[in-house]
Amino acid sequence: MSETQNQIDSTEIELLTFQVGGQEYAIDIMSVREIRGWSKATPLPHAPNFVRGVINLRGTVLTIVDLADRLGMGRTDTKERNVIIVVHTGIETVGLLVDAVSDILAVNKSELQPPPEMAADNEQAFVSALMIAGERMVRILALPAALPSENTEAA
Amino acid sequence: MMDEDDPMAEIRASFFVECEELLEALQDGLQIMDDGEADDETINVVFRAVHSIKGGAGAFGLEDLVRFAHQFESVLDGVRSGTIEADRNAISIFFQSGDILGDLVRAARDDDIADENRIQGVMSSLTSMLGADAQEDEAEEDVSDFQPMGLSLDLGLDIGGNDAPALPDLPDPGAPPAPASTVVFEDGYTIHFLPDSSLYASGNEPLHLLRLLREMGDLDVTCDSSALPSLSELDEEKSYLSWTIHLITDEDEEAVRDVFDFVADLCTLTISGSEKPAPRGPAPDTPPPPTTSDDISTPQDSTSASLNSTSTSKAAAALNTNKTPDVKAPPPPASPPSASKKPVAPSASKSNKPRPTVRVDLERIDRLVNLVGELVINQAMISQSVAEAGLQTNSAVSEGLDEFMQLTRDIQDSVMMIRAQPVKSLFQRMSRIVREASSMVGKSVRLKTEGDATEIDKTVIERLADPLTHMIRNAVDHGIESPQDRLAAGKPEEGIVTLSAGHRSGRVIVEVVDDGAGINRERVLQIAIEKGLVAENAELTDSEIDNLLFMPGFSTASEVSDLSGRGVGMDVVKSAILSLGGRVTIQSNPGSGTIFTISLPLTLAVLDGMVINVASQTLVVPLSTITETLTLMGPDIRALGPQTNVIKVRDSFVPLLDLGFELGFRAPLDSYVGSIALLIAQEDGDHAALIVDSIQDQRQVVIKGLQDTFGQVPGVAAATILGDGKIALILDPVDVVANADGRTQPVQSNLQLAG
Repeated sequence: MSETQNQIDSTEIELLTFQVGGQEYAIDIMSVREIRGWSKATPLPHAPNFVRGVINLRGTVLTIVDLADRLGMGRTDTKERNVIIVVHTGIETVGLLVDAVSDILAVNKSELQPPPEMAADNEQAFVSALMIAGERMVRILALPAALPSENTEAA
Repeated sequence: MMDEDDPMAEIRASFFVECEELLEALQDGLQIMDDGEADDETINVVFRAVHSIKGGAGAFGLEDLVRFAHQFESVLDGVRSGTIEADRNAISIFFQSGDILGDLVRAARDDDIADENRIQGVMSSLTSMLGADAQEDEAEEDVSDFQPMGLSLDLGLDIGGNDAPALPDLPDPGAPPAPASTVVFEDGYTIHFLPDSSLYASGNEPLHLLRLLREMGDLDVTCDSSALPSLSELDEEKSYLSWTIHLITDEDEEAVRDVFDFVADLCTLTISGSEKPAPRGPAPDTPPPPTTSDDISTPQDSTSASLNSTSTSKAAAALNTNKTPDVKAPPPPASPPSASKKPVAPSASKSNKPRPTVRVDLERIDRLVNLVGELVINQAMISQSVAEAGLQTNSAVSEGLDEFMQLTRDIQDSVMMIRAQPVKSLFQRMSRIVREASSMVGKSVRLKTEGDATEIDKTVIERLADPLTHMIRNAVDHGIESPQDRLAAGKPEEGIVTLSAGHRSGRVIVEVVDDGAGINRERVLQIAIEKGLVAENAELTDSEIDNLLFMPGFSTASEVSDLSGRGVGMDVVKSAILSLGGRVTIQSNPGSGTIFTISLPLTLAVLDGMVINVASQTLVVPLSTITETLTLMGPDIRALGPQTNVIKVRDSFVPLLDLGFELGFRAPLDSYVGSIALLIAQEDGDHAALIVDSIQDQRQVVIKGLQDTFGQVPGVAAATILGDGKIALILDPVDVVANADGRTQPVQSNLQLAG
């Protein structure tokens, strides 16, 4: 987990929730730098499939990770409505390609439940916690695991 | 890093920065002494450098450093006063001492421990030089006397005379703050200069001429005011003053005459050579040497001030306060006699004119460089939109844009120049490598450097240090023969390694030249065959054999020495230089030595590239890697195997590679007839042809690193941002070719063409 600690109240965190492949995910809002519309990425040769390429973020080269592909739900069919969430993990800045951004939730840390061990889904390695928001289940994304740097060495 | 909160930390940090500069000055001075070109001033510079380091070290309680510096200083003092002779041997010890001083400074800075044994060794050499009369002088007192140094930008190294007072600024900011020293004429010119009134009338100015002369060498000027009438008889339009000038310079008489070229018919001028005036106090009433440059300004200021009040408004209007009063009206007789004597402070030789400098955090410069990069990209974007808007080329917008483009380029060049640094510091480090390496292998080797004022991007310099160190060590270890062999070959016992830098057609060329035996090609080939690097019966040209040195795992040293010969080396050197966008070549002449030539780009921030399209992607190929472009004709393409093709370029066959396929953007095409191919030169001189769909443009692009976001991508060197705001990848074509699959025929199989 790499939540940047909320300095005001460590027991309460704010989460940004978003849609990926029909599922609802969330990340700590402190790691979000900005949200921007989809623009066509320049593909990188020999990169893993889930890396859609790089885009120009005001002069810096930003790697775009197709989160749906990364989570094993197939390549995102990009449309105008797709959104890039620019996240910063302390070491690197990466853009996550998602379907849509939904909401910002303020939750108490105690509401977060550890995900049950489910060997069949390899996607669960990317989920660090679960929580209930109304009727929905929100998956808290384990951000470092989803980023390319962790796995490109092997890929 | 230092603790941010500690107020001393900053002072300390700046002390260490200054130490680096002092060490550099020390090295310089020692080098001059070693070259046998030292004068009294040189030893003073060396002494002061050591003294300043000791002073600063004392203030920070760096005991080891103080102790060593003190000993070193004592010996240097002995040299200065003539009790110790600075012979070859002594200078060699001084060099070692300088190295140790550097070690100690670095050790103190990084809270490290310096090599105690070495220090003791050199320390005892120094002590023995001091000899029996080594007065145990007041180390303690000396140390406590020192004020913390290291806060001023001006190191004071340029000031002549041992304890010369700080020089006041000259009235003319462009004039160099010339060091003052006692002027003793040994050789030079004596110039008598009597301006006509018409000289002033035509707007000329003796002071400017004198300044020009001062730039040529040491100058001593005497003004003859005896013709001055009393104030009441004075005609302010007439010329009364004449000058006698003694000039010591390396320039020939022609050059001296050239100074007076424009006024030759407006004055009476005699120039004679080689007069040897006795050492002279500039004027009886001016202070004895050190002659400081305020002599030139003070009298003038006073005279022109009085002039403004006494002379007619016409004359006064023609003068500004700092101009010499001689323009139209000579000074009134009431002015002090020193006004007429003008000992112009002799200037130092051009090389050590100190320029005011500012120390800037590198981060800030990098930010500026980045911003300028953005500006360049932005400008490209605007150009593109203007072009797309279909505006006429002579419209105001387009013309403004052209100017904007010009400005951007100028700004970019200037900013790149900020990052540029002379290679001198790098070269100085190398001289230490040579000293250590040569003493380790028992050879006598001397490093000559040329062009150390050549400027290269700071990053390039930093990243050049390791490969260059290796090459220098190799030159000493393998290049230069043993003293016996050298003597047997009729060469001087002392080997020479020359390190030179210079600009050549937009690149920086660094050469490492040794005067050793050259590459023993037979042995190189034999070893390469033994190690299985080349086939046994391979026929290789001389240059191919030379290039074997760059192959991984190659080492000719018959036994592994401390220095080099572990078989890692030249290949690492080569890849380090390639990663800088550079190239390295060898040229060897048996019996007379080897030349390694490194060619480097001026900067790592921009690159000249060819913008190409392949598989609907836009890519940039560095121009330096492309030797030619061609359009393929049917007969040019020959099938090599079932999947690979070669093309015929003049009389040779070159492997054909589809860039789109190699990058995984598309499958091989059915036919490449009519395609455009870029001929890429590889390191070994071989070529490969890369198929692209179209060539768009040739332009400068700003390099953006990919490493930060995505690590190393095979075949891709970096990225850039094009005029449309899209990112284009900058290819590393050599890498693409090296890792190439080579398939250019749409057949299924796994045969590969060796890359």
